[in-house]
Parts: sequence; C-alpha cells; structure tokens
Amino acid sequence: MKKFAFYPGCVSRGACPELFDSTLTVCERLGIELIHEPLEGASCTGAGVLQEKNQKLGDTLNARTFAMVEKTGLPLLTICSTCQGVMAQANYRLRSDKNYLDEINRDLADENLQYSGSVEPKHLLWVLFEDIGVDYVKSQFTRSLEGFKFAPFYGCYIVRPSDVLALDVNPDRKNSLEQIIEATGAELVDFPGKTACCGFPILLINETNSTKMVGNHTLSAKRKGADAMVTPCPLCHLNLDGYQPSASLLRREKINLPILHLPQLLGLAMGIEPTELKLNRHIVSTKKIISTLSVTP
Amino acid sequence: MKVEYKVKRYNPESDVALESFDTYVVELDQAATVLDGLIKIREEVDNTLTLRCSCRSAICGSCAMRINGQAMLACNTKVSDFEENGNIKLLVEPPGNMPVIKDLVVDFVPFWSKVKSVDPWLKSSHPPKYMEEHIASNESMLHLSGVMGCIMCGACVSDCTVLEVDKSFLGPAALAKAYRFVSDPRDDSTKFRLKALEKPSGMWDCTRCMQCVEVCPKGVDPMGRIMKLRDFAIQDGYKNTYGAKHTAVFTDSVKNTGWLNEFQLPLRTFGIFNVFKLLGLLPILLDALVSRKVPPVFHHKLPSVSSIQRIFKKVDLQITKRE
Repeated sequence: MKKFAFYPGCVSRGACPELFDSTLTVCERLGIELIHEPLEGASCTGAGVLQEKNQKLGDTLNARTFAMVEKTGLPLLTICSTCQGVMAQANYRLRSDKNYLDEINRDLADENLQYSGSVEPKHLLWVLFEDIGVDYVKSQFTRSLEGFKFAPFYGCYIVRPSDVLALDVNPDRKNSLEQIIEATGAELVDFPGKTACCGFPILLINETNSTKMVGNHTLSAKRKGADAMVTPCPLCHLNLDGYQPSASLLRREKINLPILHLPQLLGLAMGIEPTELKLNRHIVSTKKIISTLSVTP
Repeated sequence: MKVEYKVKRYNPESDVALESFDTYVVELDQAATVLDGLIKIREEVDNTLTLRCSCRSAICGSCAMRINGQAMLACNTKVSDFEENGNIKLLVEPPGNMPVIKDLVVDFVPFWSKVKSVDPWLKSSHPPKYMEEHIASNESMLHLSGVMGCIMCGACVSDCTVLEVDKSFLGPAALAKAYRFVSDPRDDSTKFRLKALEKPSGMWDCTRCMQCVEVCPKGVDPMGRIMKLRDFAIQDGYKNTYGAKHTAVFTDSVKNTGWLNEFQLPLRTFGIFNVFKLLGLLPILLDALVSRKVPPVFHHKLPSVSSIQRIFKKVDLQITKRE
C-alpha cells in the first residue's frame, strides 16, 4: 500500500458524494492508502474565487495545508482538478519567491506551522501514472469496456498554466485521461472542447453563458459518438451533469450524455458494481451504461 | 526537412466551397518558423494564400493564428516544436472568435472597438501644464511593464472560452488594457473605470479558464489582471454585482467554517428576497433531490476553524495595495 495525505476538496464532501465514495473503493483496490486525519482541518483552497479578493490570503491558507502535509511526511493526493490547480499555483508562487514564503511563514508561525516548499500536490489522475504505474493500474482491470465510446473532459486547472503544472516535464499529464480511457478497452472520442472551460465558475454570474458551454461540449462529444464523458474535476461534473437538462432546453435538443468521475470509470473497468460506484447518484441517467454492462460478459 | 501544412482556406468570393483545407508540403530548415513556411508557400506554391505578417520578430502582433488548435504568433513558433516521430504536421487556421475576411486574415474591428471602449488613455484631473511632464516614479510604474508588453495580437481573444459563447464579452485584451490604466498612478478615473467594467459583459464574465494566460506570447497574463480588477472593484465598494457577491459569500464561508457551504452559496449570492433568481434554482434543486446530490443543508465547521480564522484576521487585514 502506498500512503497519501488525502485532500478531498469541498465538492466531493458536498454535492458530489459519489466521487468521494467511488474514490475510496477504487483506491483501496489500487493499493492507495488514503490517510484522512492529517488534513481534516485543512481549509478550502479558495478555488480561485477567494483569490479574487485576496491572493495572499489564498496562498497562506494553502501554505497552511502544505505545512500540515509536510508534518506527515506523506505525498499529497487530491481528487479535484480545481483544488489541484489552485494548490499548484499557490505552491509555484511560494517556491519561486523566498521572501514571499518567509513572509507567509511568519503568519503561519502562530499556528505552529512552517512550510519549507517540499510538497507537490497531485491529482489522482497523475498519481496513477507517476506513483502507481499505469501498467499496474491496467493489471487491475478485469472488465473490458470495449464497445463503449468515452470522451475526456479535463477541466481548466489540470491543464493550464502548463508551466506551473510542469506538463513538459511530465508529458503523461498532457494526455493521461485519454490513455486511461483507452486502457479500459473503451474507444476514445477526441474532441476539441476536452480542455476548454465547462462554465461552472460563472454559473451564478452568467448562467446563460455557462449553460451554452455545457451545451457546446456535451453535444460536440455526443455528435462524435460518445456514450459518456469522463472528468477528473467534480466542478466540471456538477455543471456538465447538473445543467445538462438546461443546456438541452436551450439547444432544443436531447443530450443525455452521462458524465462519469474518473474513479467511476476506473471502478467499472475493475469490475466493481455500478451501484457501489454510485452511478445512480447522477442527474443525467447512467442507466444505459449500466444496462449495457449487465449484458456484457 | 519536410513540413506538411494543412491550411484552412476561406474565400468569400468563391463560387465553390466557402471553407476548405489545402495541404502543402514544403522543405524548410531546422530553424524555420511556421511563418517562414507560410511565406514560402505563398511565394512559391500558391500565391492566393492570404495572411498578415510584418515584423517577423514578435513585435508587431500581425501573425497570430491557430497552429495545431492553439493561438500563437506564427513568426515566434518554430516548426520543429511540432516534430513527432520524425514528422511535422501543422494544422493552420485563422484566429478564433473574429470574423474571417480571407484565409488566415480576420477582421479586427470588433477587437479594436472593445479596446477603445475602455478609454485606453490617461485621464488625469490635474494634467501637466504646457511643457511639463507628469512624472511617475520608476517603482510605481515597473509593475505595469508586463501588461504594457501587450502587442495587441489577439491571441488571447482568439482562444477565449467566453467569447466562444458570447461575442459581447469585453474579452481579455481589452480588460488587460483597462487594468493598465486603472493601475497607473497618474490616472484618476479609477472609480469611473471600475464602474464601467463591472457592467454585464465586463470583468465578472471571465470564467478564469486561463486560456489567455496560456496563449499570450508576451506574458501579459490577462486573466491575472482581470482578477486584480475584481479585487480593486471590491475594495472600492463596487459590491452590488453577482460576481462580487459570489466572491464575498464564498470567502465568508471559508472564513466562518473553513470550507465551502455549497448550499448557501447560490442563495446568498442571489439574495434571499430575489424571488425570480431563486425560482430559477428550483429545477436543479429538484433534480439534485431525486439524485440525492443536494449538498448538506447543515454545514459543519472544520475541526481547526479557529486557526483558519486567525489567518483570515491577520492576512485579510493586510489590504492589497494598488502597487
């Protein structure tokens, strides 16, 4: 078992409980031991929203989380693209400016915390490639998903800015989701919107624009034959799944494209029951996938 | 080395297909840029190929186009960057989000009209007298060098994900330009500027997707500037937009409980007396109830929330100065 300090993010403990549950199930199978306790008191990353008001405040809160991780000596694992990106950006600023880090550490001193800069926040998607090994992941797949067509949808913060996320140093990060989809035996549906914005950040500010984005991406994947979309970002899931009915009304076209969380896809390929992966907890029905699976040997 | 160019063509005067792709294979040396190849094609293979270019040194901003799906300056991009297993294949398209005039040339009128709309000039109530200068210290201007490096190439506008769905959005280039004047110590129209920018299609419509940050060839960081404008707007009391309220409610939630109260976020952003907006939440609420995806109504505090609150108290009071 490889141990990780687990940072689940707010959404997997709120509106996406199916992500939290399926992560626990799948990680156990993959020999990933998620240690919850050290980060139970870790704050929200700020999701880029708090940073609009005060970036330094966001960086201090994230430095606090990193300092808590450093105390455990464990690597940090998250299951949210947005958390991953926001933490990576904070970490980039902290690591590249010693004076800034010192200044932030002075504010953390009262909390008996110090951050030296050693943490590298990693999404589960990256951990699969960089810590577990994709061959080992594949060896755990017992059910071929051949016959299915899945489209990837990354979420902005796990692909941009590419220098902060060190994509060139870790080239697998550029197409990890495509590789995982293909490893399950499913056919990859590539489409240009896979790295675009889902619209979630402006949902409460400009719902029409946000819903148009949902419509564009889901219909574009659907027209290319996708049976479902797979995302490592619970915020993208919330918008692409939850606001798909609105997008459908806006576009006057049926969409019905299930949006799977990354661990749900992994779990299906591992032969885990769809109910255990909480596929029944989606707004866009996943019944078609479940019924196809049940007739597949 | 051989380089394959697949170029998107568009000819409004054509009586056949308006839009098509043409493929050209040209011999280029290792150091060649994408623009070198396009000029070679135009001069030696197909003189109907239309493109804009001038300085060939990433200064004039004329040759922004989409190369393999992403906006970049053709003169600043080497063909060898795209080598894969010994092959170089390029898909060259005009910049996005702007009307195409012909082939790789787009109409910049909407781009310029948005830049103009932010009044991109100094507005000072005490302009210098005749033959005098309005002196600003080096330190007070240095932080603006990044944003002043903008060459107006339109790469950020081309790949902006909001402009894809809403042509009325002011866009990253104009907003970055607005920031440049809001942050200029000699300008004293900040309040008027921020008031204009908080309107619909302004600063709060950006999704923070970072496409503009990624594609900008000059490191202008348009999205970072938009975030700063939001920060300034909140500081200056422009808090009556859904964007500003969303930020305030979100921050409040983290401050009070350590994490996001998803249930309260929409209710408090819209306001509990905003019946029209709250009714609009009903369909998603019902869908979420059926799928058991409603976030917890009773939101618990994190175990060490007092530590988070101390940090808020300490850091949030250190008001971000307008550098």
